[in-house]
Amino acid sequence: MTKGPTLIASNTVGSGTPTNITFSSIPQTYTDLLVKVSLRGTQTPNHYLGWHMDINSSTSNFTNLYLQGGGSGTPGSGSSAQYMGAIPGGGGTANTFSNSEIYIPNYTSSNYKSFSVDSTGEGNETLAFANFIAGLWSNTAAITSLTIYPDYNSGVGIAQYSTFTLYGISNS
Amino acid sequence: MADTPQAIEVNCETGVVTTRDLTADEIAAQAVAAQAAADQKAAAEAEAAKVAADKAAAQAKLAALGLTADEIAALSK
Repeated sequence: MTKGPTLIASNTVGSGTPTNITFSSIPQTYTDLLVKVSLRGTQTPNHYLGWHMDINSSTSNFTNLYLQGGGSGTPGSGSSAQYMGAIPGGGGTANTFSNSEIYIPNYTSSNYKSFSVDSTGEGNETLAFANFIAGLWSNTAAITSLTIYPDYNSGVGIAQYSTFTLYGISNS
Repeated sequence: MADTPQAIEVNCETGVVTTRDLTADEIAAQAVAAQAAADQKAAAEAEAAKVAADKAAAQAKLAALGLTADEIAALSK
């Protein structure tokens, strides 16, 4: 029987517009990790931006397969390393944030680390994105840190009131 | 915001939250990721535009054959 989710840490961004947020020194005492993300980027005039995740500060050996719906268009699919979906940008509907979740099973194991993502842009616009992503980090190291960030360009970053929450889940 | 891009670190062990300047390597890595995302988004938008154009062309051809708007709409239901 699973136990949790148990809150490990949470942060709501203040007025500084940082470019990324990192959960470091993640305890190795759980079985799985769950991350809840409410995220908005500041880059303009973009209505939407991509967002990304590094594991243990690594930006390599990621394989992300996405299934993406956008507005009334035909859903698309493909592969894009570290792509985690689309979030509202600085040109998007005011006061809207993405609603996303990352699930990482067996994050302390010595196998490659798989994860799943569901992410919606939440913009009240004709074009809005919803993504389902199957991700793999081909690395055997236990996960000790996660870094999340929107598209980076010319000093823009994460909007105020974006919120990140990390939970642990145990299988016994 | 500060001139130098900054990052937030939440230490899950201590609960301490710190804000620090990004390193040059971190800035470069994020720029690469941003370009990859922009390329993927452009591809998705191009695909959606092509589908819309193909649909409009097909509907025009059907109308030219004598189908009514309702009959054309019924084909996609």
